[in-house]
Amino acid sequence: MENRAIFSGKLLPYLLILPQLAVSLIFFYWPALQALQQSFLVQDAFGLSTEFVWFENYINLLQTPEYYHAIAVTFVFSALVAFFSLTIGLLLAVMANRNIRGVQIYRTFLIVPYAVAPAVASVLFIFMFQPGLGMIARALQRNGIDWNPVLNGTHAMILVVVVAVWNQISYNFLFFLAGLQAIPRSVIEAAAIDGAKPMRRFWTIIFPLLSPTTFFLIIVNITYVFFNTLGIIDTATGGGPNGATQTLVYKVFQDGKVGTDLGGSAAQSVILMVIVVALTAFQFRYVEKKVHY
Amino acid sequence: MALRQLGAAAAVAATLALATPAHAVTEIQWWHAMTGPNNDVVVKLANDFNASQNDYKIVPSFKGSYADVLNAGIAAFRAGNAPGIMQVFEVGTATMMAAKGAVKPVSELMKEQGESFDPKSYLPAITGYYSTSKGDMLSFPFNSSSMVMWINLDALKKADIAEPPKTWPEVFADARKLHATSPTCGFSSSWITWGLIEQFSAWHNVPIGSKGNGLDGFDTVLAFNTPLQTKLLEGLVDLQKDKSYDYSGRTNTGEGRFTSGECPMYMTSSAFYPNVKANAKFTYTAVPMPYFPDVNGAPQNSIIGGASLWVMGGKTPEEYKGIAKFFTFLSDTDRQVYLHEVSGYLPITKAAYDKTKTSGFYDKNPILEVPLKELTNKPPTENSRGLRFGGMVQMRDVWSEEIEAALAGKKSAKEALDAAVSRGNAMLRQFERTAAK
Repeated sequence: MENRAIFSGKLLPYLLILPQLAVSLIFFYWPALQALQQSFLVQDAFGLSTEFVWFENYINLLQTPEYYHAIAVTFVFSALVAFFSLTIGLLLAVMANRNIRGVQIYRTFLIVPYAVAPAVASVLFIFMFQPGLGMIARALQRNGIDWNPVLNGTHAMILVVVVAVWNQISYNFLFFLAGLQAIPRSVIEAAAIDGAKPMRRFWTIIFPLLSPTTFFLIIVNITYVFFNTLGIIDTATGGGPNGATQTLVYKVFQDGKVGTDLGGSAAQSVILMVIVVALTAFQFRYVEKKVHY
Repeated sequence: MALRQLGAAAAVAATLALATPAHAVTEIQWWHAMTGPNNDVVVKLANDFNASQNDYKIVPSFKGSYADVLNAGIAAFRAGNAPGIMQVFEVGTATMMAAKGAVKPVSELMKEQGESFDPKSYLPAITGYYSTSKGDMLSFPFNSSSMVMWINLDALKKADIAEPPKTWPEVFADARKLHATSPTCGFSSSWITWGLIEQFSAWHNVPIGSKGNGLDGFDTVLAFNTPLQTKLLEGLVDLQKDKSYDYSGRTNTGEGRFTSGECPMYMTSSAFYPNVKANAKFTYTAVPMPYFPDVNGAPQNSIIGGASLWVMGGKTPEEYKGIAKFFTFLSDTDRQVYLHEVSGYLPITKAAYDKTKTSGFYDKNPILEVPLKELTNKPPTENSRGLRFGGMVQMRDVWSEEIEAALAGKKSAKEALDAAVSRGNAMLRQFERTAAK
């Protein structure tokens, strides 16, 4: 089989890849390097005084108990969001993949939530869950559940997890559905003829064949909860109460934008970057082995 | 047809060109955070000023929330194109003040430009917040408010309470009685650190921190973990157990609980007035903040919230001339009276307050005078003229976190306040380090 590229010269391929490289350099590597540089500085908000302090920002960070708390919160939050958004997305995709009347309508409706911006999603859920005003909050209170996300950390966590999951399910649904439709019918039909029941067909044929999609989605979802949930947390709980929903990325935002501590905030984003790179590398190294392409 | 239109347009353009004076108009950018009706007020002020003369043009632009304006201004300054005037909320004062060279003190600007400007004509509780300890005004007060206690009179009647509470022990007792009629909430509040720490300390004439609450220097240390503040928090923690007091969040997102009738007593900003007026379907009033009667001299005077206008450094002499003229324009008594009556924010000059009073405005709108009576209750002391702590925006979040821990029963009131003080002090040291240079 012909496997070589069709380019004869050396210049053309580089030229073609140049725009992508430029975008990566300007929008990814340059800011990342700037963050690295900033993390070694102590600077006032207006940039009028700058002092080079080596690793002091990092050392300070590792001495604050709140930082470790934020790490723990982040891992609990991401595990919950990734688990629920993937399982619910898969469940919905399997159901929408069946031959039922009006399946197109169901599919469209299941995709719509992805078009809602995270902050807007938060506001919608706050309306429903705000103690005293929200309909769902009132229903919970009537049934004897003392629902109060402004003071109860567990409730606040449930609230942001629900919003983040709801916002992400459509994306997962879409990819799972595409993955399911790519599985050859003949294989499943053959299994059915051999007498395999639906559950057995799912776990021994469909789920393994979906593994590339699942693996891709796990990585996308982890990146999503680590970085993109900022708007949800800011609108729904502001990191509170008492730091119960303060994730790492929200702390970066708080210290950098609200507290104008640019050095400390930069140090945090560098650490965050390292964590996510390590996590992704780990997944590619160990989890990918279980994936069948 | 098209040709004739073109000709007409050319004629209009030519007339305009002739009509425009030979010298160029100096444009001054004004970044602000006012929304809704208050945005209209800002635009009207700019338009009126622009129409009053031909040399300067004030260009207002809305930049988002208070924090957004501050951040946009900082980013613009770092990029070398800061606006001429920036509206900064009161807790951003230390950040602006520490930026020597980035801002131009208002007293210096007015003196340089020869505009008549007498800081003594302003209400002292307002100017104190924005002045150095020597009395030099750093920024120009624009919109100010204070904190009051909103009362649902119908609910009080239903609970058999004769009149609104004046002291904290009365508030605690009334909250329990009101809770019997409202299942979820007897009493609640917004802006908890502003109300329960900042206003509370000023109102009782006790310091929040050393160095005159930070006005005399950045090497200040917090001090609000005394038995007095602890007693207040303990009282609220106790009430929170059965929701006689019910926490409503750090900012003003819970204010709807008052207008909906859920929380019949509610402590929040006096600027909440237009909202109450539009939405409350019961008889309401506002009364001064409660105090502990066993504290000597209480109540003192309240402190302000809101924002002031900062002049940025490094602008041209023409721009400074225009800004100074604009501030003189804003200080005009009639204009201040108009601002006060339209926006619900407080008048900032004594003359404007007196004029509003003699016009009989407060007879019809007594609620609007409550915050003014609080602010002018007594001449401000070192503990009640305002506060200036670096990183105050984020510090409020840290203090809130600790108060939340106490209300949720995770820490005792004393432990929470101690932690708020020590975490706050760490932030002050970080700020001092960058500001001192």
